Amino acid sequence: MSGLMMPPLDQSVLARRARIVADLSAIVPGEGVVSDEHAMRVFESDGLTAYKALPFIVVLPETVEQVAAVLKYCSAGGIKVVPRGAGTSLSGGALPLEDAVLLVMSKFSRVLDIDYPNRCAVVQPGVTNLGITHAVAGEGFYYAPDPSSQIACSIGGNVAENSGGVHCLKYGLTANNVLGIEFVTIEGEVMRLGGKHLESEGYDLLGVLTGSEGLLGVVTEVTVRILQKPETARALLIGFPTSEDGGQCVADIISDGIIPGGMEMMDRPAIHAAEDFVHAGYPLDVEALLIVELDGPEAEVDYLIERVEKIARNNKSSTLRISTNEEERLSFWAGRKAAFPAVGRISPDYYCMDGTIPRKELPTVLARMRELSNHYNLRVANVFHAGDGNLHPLILYDANIPGELAKTEEFGAEILKLCVEVGGVLTGEHGVGVEKRDLMPEMFTEDDLKQQQRVKCAFDPDQLLNPGKVFPQLHRCAELGRMHVHRGNVPFPDLPRF
Amino acid sequence: MTQKQQSTQADLHPQTNDDVLAAVKWAAGEEVPLEIIGQGSKRALGRPMQTAHTLDMSALTGVTLFEPEELVLSAKAGTPLEEIVKLLDQHNQELQFEPMDIGPLLGNKPKLGTLGGLVSTNLSGPRRLKAGSVRDHILGVTAVSGRGEVFKSGGRVVKNVTGYDLSKGLTGAYGTLAVLTDIIVKVLPRAETEQTLVIVGLTDADAAQAMATAMGSNAEVSGAAHLPAELNQGQAHTYLRLEGFTPSVASRIENLSSLLKSMGAQERLDEEASRKCWINVRDCLPFAAQRDAPVWRVSCTPSEGHAIVHAVKNQTDVSAYYDWQGGLVWMQMNDGNPNAPILRNTIQQHGGGHATLIRADVATRQSTDVFQPQPAPLAALSKRYRENFDPKGVLNPGRMN
Repeated sequence: MSGLMMPPLDQSVLARRARIVADLSAIVPGEGVVSDEHAMRVFESDGLTAYKALPFIVVLPETVEQVAAVLKYCSAGGIKVVPRGAGTSLSGGALPLEDAVLLVMSKFSRVLDIDYPNRCAVVQPGVTNLGITHAVAGEGFYYAPDPSSQIACSIGGNVAENSGGVHCLKYGLTANNVLGIEFVTIEGEVMRLGGKHLESEGYDLLGVLTGSEGLLGVVTEVTVRILQKPETARALLIGFPTSEDGGQCVADIISDGIIPGGMEMMDRPAIHAAEDFVHAGYPLDVEALLIVELDGPEAEVDYLIERVEKIARNNKSSTLRISTNEEERLSFWAGRKAAFPAVGRISPDYYCMDGTIPRKELPTVLARMRELSNHYNLRVANVFHAGDGNLHPLILYDANIPGELAKTEEFGAEILKLCVEVGGVLTGEHGVGVEKRDLMPEMFTEDDLKQQQRVKCAFDPDQLLNPGKVFPQLHRCAELGRMHVHRGNVPFPDLPRF
Repeated sequence: MTQKQQSTQADLHPQTNDDVLAAVKWAAGEEVPLEIIGQGSKRALGRPMQTAHTLDMSALTGVTLFEPEELVLSAKAGTPLEEIVKLLDQHNQELQFEPMDIGPLLGNKPKLGTLGGLVSTNLSGPRRLKAGSVRDHILGVTAVSGRGEVFKSGGRVVKNVTGYDLSKGLTGAYGTLAVLTDIIVKVLPRAETEQTLVIVGLTDADAAQAMATAMGSNAEVSGAAHLPAELNQGQAHTYLRLEGFTPSVASRIENLSSLLKSMGAQERLDEEASRKCWINVRDCLPFAAQRDAPVWRVSCTPSEGHAIVHAVKNQTDVSAYYDWQGGLVWMQMNDGNPNAPILRNTIQQHGGGHATLIRADVATRQSTDVFQPQPAPLAALSKRYRENFDPKGVLNPGRMN
């Protein structure tokens, strides 16, 4: 992505900067408009820090009316807009553009309504993921999707990215836990989809907007499902001599009808890095380490722990520990949760990938990855959401060595191509953003991508919202809308008729 | 009433995906509208259409991929749902959203319908409350848009955020955007056993409270329904289903039972009785007999369901029962009139939601908004959304509006 092409700068917009700042300041008074270069620097990148760009102007609205007015103004003036939540995207979804207003939603930070009888909470998009859980924890509830950035990431960003987490096999992604949203179109129309009821009416635009990476609208309110916390949780920590054994164990657990709350695997380099860092007591003589967490009523958890133990032993587990108390369970997780910083400790930089593969392909993918690792002469450590096949290879590199970032990205691209080749996808939970944008044709045909872009045209005909993200090639909506059929020239299909 | 025999339309019978593509290309080029059908079991859903041709998908059948340990199944859109259900059953798996069998309610045979029809109508059953609806289980689709272009979305893995989720975008679209040819679904283990706790004799309002308490507990209730006395042989029943591993269900039902002890007398349904009870709820069997009365499917805030029913009852003669903790109200209009304005205004006054006219004769469906009318800006967006898939309006035109 080093040679990333972004949409050409709109010189006419750049030339009007002073006027635009004044106009936006009239819409969002006080300190809601930031145009000073120094102050704007903090917004120059998101969680994908390798890429930076100074925003054109930063706007921090406080009300839906302001959001609508800003968008309407930008739409009328042909000004691009990049929405941003907490800026934790790992794919550059909130990477600013030098000619785009950066619309920062962080002031939308209120919990509006907690409705226990209907098990939902209505929150503003700037509320953090964990903030929702904190707001309802007193009554024993929580919000299930738990991306690893949950302390910082906002629910609006979660909706934009359809964020996952370690518990999604059992509890679903963001899309499965959002009941309704209010959003504003680029034209400044405020719309509501769904609500406290279970299904939104008409076309499932809620499903389309969730995970649309800020390209279709700006979310201003979210209604989420909250769940009663499971009565208890226990975990098994299982080591295997080979990744094949670990993979087979995962398949056998699922074949036995068990859907664990969490099921995480680490490979040898990740195990060693984590153990060196947090001393979680991980075995160092195994090729794969599996954490299986079972949650629910105590009777169920105790019963399933035994079943999983049996399955693990049948799959040549070389070490096996079962948590007997909460402290022990958390210690099993400590190494996994610290895996990223642990890898950060042993390498100046690391690059986190996010493909998903059919689980059974894990040994093949790991073997091929080792070959690639040798080829590029770059180390790689793997953490794997084993339940759902979401693989996070961490490529270790040093950005100070000239050319190494480019080499790392090439390696990363090869890994993602491999994921697609074995039947998987480019991104499981981090989003396409700018990072995987140019790899989209690996997975989609031109017609696939064009149909997706036509959906964008329905929402944003001038393609002003977050351009340069997700789609490798921008087509004008008029061109996408053209139909290449000619009356009479299309042969009548030779179909059996009656 | 599969209607195939009765049809006077000219049918197109594609045998392959390429045939489907050719048919839609032709239709788009000639601007000839097509009615897309599988087994025709859901033809009486939605607005009546005027189409010269049907695109009969029933020859595009077959499960093309099934990997139980990967929790994934892929099938051609015309595959009979019953075939998929049976296959999954052999592997102790299921479609966890509990597809509704709408046949009996519409006066058709039971157990008809295709996977494509199921996805196009998004009709989930009682477990939707816990497990999500059809749209939450569709991993990927391949389809032919009304433009006459093949496109795919999603894939075969559960965790995937690559591009817009058009699989969801096509689910519940009643075939008005694209013709589905291949569908990949997430399949899940079937519960080892189930039991249902019944609370006897509650008013609708008390039942709403009991269901909310149960859903808010950690008993992991997978079905919460209430049948008032008039629809249940003179005795109101509130049903709370617990599914899972045997020791787990045994423990949870005790906990739930003591939690709700003060609410009313209790009974328990064992596995077999429980299954039967939930088929009754799922397939709207309480309203299957009276064919000429319109039936609505109301999606609302769960705690408001009973208040909506009460308010509508004050204005017209209706029977109603509740699924999804009260968030799904099945309502039969006993005077034969759909009374859409009364119902929709009442929903609006009670926290919002929407009503879909599921059973009504052709004339009624012609003159009534079958689907909830949307506010003008959203309706305009929906129209633009549809036109970007099907600019010439050749796929099931008018079915949804």
